[in-house]
Amino acid sequence: MKSLRAWLMRVAGMFSREQRRAGFDLELQNHIELQVEENLRAGMGAFEARRAALMKLGGLEKTRQAYSERGTVPFLETLMQDLRFAGRQLRKNPGFSVLAVLMLMVGVAASTAIFAFVDAALLKPLPYPKPDRLVEVTESVSFMPRANLSYLDYLDWKRMNREFQSMEAFRPTAYLLKTASGTEPVPGEMVSDGFFRTLGVAPLLGRDFYAGEDLPSGPMSVMLSFPAWQKYYGGRKSVVGEAVSLNGIPYTIVGVMPKTFEFAPRNNAEFWTALHATDSCSLRRSCHNLTGIARLNDGVSVATARANIITIAEELEREYPVTNRGQGVSVMSLSEAIVGDIRPILLTLLAGAGLLLLIACVNVSSLLLVRSESRKREIAVRGALGASPWRLKRQFITEGLILALIGSGLGMAVAYGLARVLVQLVSRDMIIHMPYLEGMGLNLRVFGFIMTVFLIAAVLFSLTPMSRLSSVEMREGLTEGARGSSGRGWRRLGANLVILELAVAVVLLVCAGLLGKSFYHLLHVDLNFEPQHLATAMVVLPDAVYAKDAQIVAVRREIVRRVGNLPGVTSASATTVIPTSCNCNTDWIRFVGRPYDGKHIEVNQRDVSAGYFTTLQTKLVRGRFFIEDEDAGKPLVAIINKAFAKKYFGNEDPVGKRMGDTELTPKSIKEIVGVVDDLREASLDAEIVPAVYYPIDQNTDSQFALVVRSKQDVNTLLPVLAPTIHAIDPGVGVVEEETMTQYISDSQSAYLHRSSAWMVTGFAGLALLLSTLGLYGVIAYSVSQREREIGVRMALGAQRSAVYRLILGEAGRLAGWGIAAGVVCSVGAAMLLRSLLFGVQAWDAGTLATVALLLGTSAMFAAYVPARRAASISPQEALRSE
Amino acid sequence: MAETKLDLLQGTLDLMVLQTLATMGDLHGYGIARRIEQVSGEEILLNQGTIYAALVRLQQRGRIAAEWGTSDNNRKAKFYSITKSGHKQMAIDVAYWRRLAGVMGRVLAMQAEGGE
Repeated sequence: MKSLRAWLMRVAGMFSREQRRAGFDLELQNHIELQVEENLRAGMGAFEARRAALMKLGGLEKTRQAYSERGTVPFLETLMQDLRFAGRQLRKNPGFSVLAVLMLMVGVAASTAIFAFVDAALLKPLPYPKPDRLVEVTESVSFMPRANLSYLDYLDWKRMNREFQSMEAFRPTAYLLKTASGTEPVPGEMVSDGFFRTLGVAPLLGRDFYAGEDLPSGPMSVMLSFPAWQKYYGGRKSVVGEAVSLNGIPYTIVGVMPKTFEFAPRNNAEFWTALHATDSCSLRRSCHNLTGIARLNDGVSVATARANIITIAEELEREYPVTNRGQGVSVMSLSEAIVGDIRPILLTLLAGAGLLLLIACVNVSSLLLVRSESRKREIAVRGALGASPWRLKRQFITEGLILALIGSGLGMAVAYGLARVLVQLVSRDMIIHMPYLEGMGLNLRVFGFIMTVFLIAAVLFSLTPMSRLSSVEMREGLTEGARGSSGRGWRRLGANLVILELAVAVVLLVCAGLLGKSFYHLLHVDLNFEPQHLATAMVVLPDAVYAKDAQIVAVRREIVRRVGNLPGVTSASATTVIPTSCNCNTDWIRFVGRPYDGKHIEVNQRDVSAGYFTTLQTKLVRGRFFIEDEDAGKPLVAIINKAFAKKYFGNEDPVGKRMGDTELTPKSIKEIVGVVDDLREASLDAEIVPAVYYPIDQNTDSQFALVVRSKQDVNTLLPVLAPTIHAIDPGVGVVEEETMTQYISDSQSAYLHRSSAWMVTGFAGLALLLSTLGLYGVIAYSVSQREREIGVRMALGAQRSAVYRLILGEAGRLAGWGIAAGVVCSVGAAMLLRSLLFGVQAWDAGTLATVALLLGTSAMFAAYVPARRAASISPQEALRSE
Repeated sequence: MAETKLDLLQGTLDLMVLQTLATMGDLHGYGIARRIEQVSGEEILLNQGTIYAALVRLQQRGRIAAEWGTSDNNRKAKFYSITKSGHKQMAIDVAYWRRLAGVMGRVLAMQAEGGE
């Protein structure tokens, strides 16, 4: 208590310093007078009496010092002095201060915003208890490393495995929800009964599915997502136990999930129903439509679990050779399954932002070097007047801290806004699969990142000028001070910093160039169809109404016909999978009359309507297209793509050849009637694989996609699609109306390439700016230090052109070294970037040359301004100033 | 009188100041310093300046109070007086010193007996 009071009084003492000092001076003066009088009485002379009095006191200054040290907090007091001084220094040189703070801010803002992304996506664990125990479990086939799982295989894996606490399955779906205003398609998810328990999430309201609720005999029950609960039921508590009609079938609402619940693979699902495996697909081991998730037993690694499942898969393969031959296994951590695709992009961006931060720091450091050079005299004088080396160093630490604090503080604020903007830039479709991004913000880890950057910057900014002020230097500062010569050491260090900066800028520019080129290649990849003027939409038929194949065929033909008759529409058609979506929906085939080794021939399979290829404008290579009424009553036919023909028929003519399923069951035999061009089915950067097309009317499904070509602006077509279809049957669901070009540019591969290209380009642009500024700063300073030398040269008859040559030559040498080092480093960096590159090599000569030219030009531009100033130096004035 | 003057033991100056104020009443800094010098018989090595650090310290701890007044020679001077808390502290310190001095005396006496 006493010591706290004492300390508070000392702190208070700091603020009444002047008053206290005056009081104490009076007290001291009094003291001395009294002592002098006493000494005089003792018979001393006047001078002697005063001298003795002062000696007895122990020195006037020393007493004052002891008093004020005791009276205030000396450390805080000198800190305040240092702060005031540093503030004065920064204000005195606003150009320097603003530039330094802005540069640091840019670096901190960029790196923090990206770090917040990385944190949200890669560091923040899944929002479930013990997230590292969760794995995704699926099957695996040749061109789908993570394929779907068949229901019967899922049951066997779940039963036979020894490493999982539990294993569950889920399948995305769409439901037609009957509401007061009509029928509305809503996203849903079918899950096995223990799904939420495996994740470790309990419902907010009501109950979870009970064990066995997902059996075919189980009740039709559904759980609501929090948003669906709010949207359709206004958050009513009484909703549990109510009935809801999905696809025309009554379900009972058993529970509501909490608001915080998220499931990245399908975060927009509104209705979670228990998986009732009654559909035809679930009864076939060869039909794959599920994804598995499992919780590992404690202490079990992903690899062990995978090995266990592989053994089981092999056993199943022996038991069911027809359906399970060659069915591989994929077991990976759930977080890897969710964020694996974007990790390389995020790490690239983080590296880019880090390099930008490096440039910014180097830049500020070299500015500080320049300044410490011109402050050498001031420091030397302070040193000579008795400031201790520690005190001088503290001054630099204080200034470094202030700079770093303001820079990173502003950077943090900008990063906060920037992160918001970045999230806005992510399309809604993407956010559904990246719900973790929505919660992105300045959490403890992000704050820790900023603190780290701040500390490193503060250390760097204090050490840089300090390194220039060894005691030897300080003495030099006094002796040669007036000469204003720039130390050779400084020029070497400053020059090295500039080279480093330019090299880093080259790396960033080259990476940006390569990513930009990749993106360009990606968008100009051969689609083998004409995406302009195409509209697409998904159509969902209510199963309860359209139970028979003939009904589906009839309503689909009617839908295609009515849409095809809309004004401006030239043709309309249907398919099961929209082009450019994925290498998925595959079929196993076997050729009639060819030996069979049991290996699956796996190909993309799409069911399309007669006008499909004409609507897309995909070329027919051989044979014919499908014809109008090719339905189940007609002989089964197939059209293959060029990749298929090349791989399985070589130079043979495939038209007329026959194929069927792996057992060649008679009713599966189809005749190939045509070959079409390699229509791009999968993402833009995926390879073209063999594909087979069947007439959609021979292979019915209650969900299909419409593809419509219009002569007019296709955007005007989108809003009329749903009303046109609802005129036929208001119970039909129409979703995801969009243009084909929009669909392509929103696709994940295009999005990731585009965003990484743009962001790295942004970093590279800033890097170019910062490094040019850095070079300018160094050259300009060097010129200002050499004014006298240049003046002498000119007085001795040097031409202006010679001065230009001198300055530009120096800049050219620095830029040359920087660019050369950067080119070497960037080839290395681009090798690391390979997984993101598409259609361009890491050592793309054009990009390297362009970057070298760009940076060389801007370096010369940066040097030109100070060179002109040097050339305009008047020899007389330069000499007179001596 | 000793050849060399005694160094002041840690903490003793504060007690000397308190004792001086307790017995002499209010005093200014010079008065305190002089009084201690006189009582010590000039044996203590005392820079009078160190008195002031002690005075600030005691003031911060609430042991003494200070007030501006007029000195004998009619000048403005700062007078210090001991507070209630100062008296209490002094009692504790005095008891402590007495005990310490007693112990030291006994220890030294014991050495003299066993010496020869």
